[in-house]
Amino acid sequence: MMPAANSRRCVVEIGGIPIALHADDEQFLALLRQRYVGFLSSTPPELELDLDLTSQGPVSDDDVRVRREGPEWLLERGDFHARWNPRTGRARVRQNPNPYALDSVLRILHSLVLAARGGFLLHAASAITSGATGAPARPLLTHREHAQAYLFSGVSGAGKTTISRHAPPDVTLLTDEISYVRPSASGYAAYGTPFAGELAKAGENCSAAVAALFFLEKGPENQVDDLSPSEAVRRLMRNILFFAEDRELVEKLFATACDFVKQVPVRRLTFYPDSRVWDEIRHFEATPAHV
Amino acid sequence: MSETYIARSSAIAARMLAGEMMVMNSMDSTFFTLNQVATAIWQAADGRTPLREIVRSQICEQFDIDPEQAQTDAAQFVADLSQHGILLVSDQPMRDPHAPEER
Repeated sequence: MMPAANSRRCVVEIGGIPIALHADDEQFLALLRQRYVGFLSSTPPELELDLDLTSQGPVSDDDVRVRREGPEWLLERGDFHARWNPRTGRARVRQNPNPYALDSVLRILHSLVLAARGGFLLHAASAITSGATGAPARPLLTHREHAQAYLFSGVSGAGKTTISRHAPPDVTLLTDEISYVRPSASGYAAYGTPFAGELAKAGENCSAAVAALFFLEKGPENQVDDLSPSEAVRRLMRNILFFAEDRELVEKLFATACDFVKQVPVRRLTFYPDSRVWDEIRHFEATPAHV
Repeated sequence: MSETYIARSSAIAARMLAGEMMVMNSMDSTFFTLNQVATAIWQAADGRTPLREIVRSQICEQFDIDPEQAQTDAAQFVADLSQHGILLVSDQPMRDPHAPEER
């Protein structure tokens, strides 16, 4: 029997953007299917990655380099080398056979696609706090119509994992490390990602409108404070994941950050690291008209 | 006395947000928030109007500032922003990189 044409690929859909991963190595594909299990999709892909696995090697701590070269984007680190042509949607990726390298490639590709579309990846945990689950728009990606998503941003050690760990059971975790934000009809929406931080747990594959962004600081008690719009933009830009040396896209990100701050309440959340911080978030949620 | 001409660098993105002018150098993502006086100078930096004239017509007439002090402060502000590549400075008139192409 002839194998199905798609047997050597899987499609991973994060943030509503399906990306097909093609590889000859069935074992590696099985590993990917397991890693991205909540994010596998049957939607026709927007991007196609041909994975060319090199010999075994260590995970690289080198700096990432991302730059345009003619019509292509060149993505490089010690453990991967990729060329992506946005016009054809096709990328060739030469990488170590470890999923961490592919995680990085996917994050970079999403950051480029999102920047052009008015969205961004953010160093932030995110969670959905309430609302009924709507009918799935796609088999695996559920948009929660009446729910609200909160983003908790900060550098390593600011408390992203702590906030996530103390989330009450009725809260749906989208990620404890890298939040996925896209513009929507009513403002901005946050999507779950499989990119996990210290919790080592993928987020749920669902989305909801962003109700607020909190910049985290640990302190002796829980408190929410205003930030000036310029300070909010400054902090937002500092925490957006963007790797490319590209003036046009950086300017586009700046415009997006300004628009986000106009539309979404951005606050400083000083918190004592225990579950009571969620009372403060619930209180904020119950107080209308923040913008 | 030689004149100083200032123009906004083409590597700059600027947005007015809640009454504050935010300026970002897109080469290194450095940020500046300009106060009202600095914003007035920034907006008038067309490469053709001497700084002395900008301060006289835009600053001294709009804000209650001692003219001599205003000239000194403006010179310092221009020096700071030019160091960060935000403003271009010349003793000759220059083309505003943000102006539309002339045909």
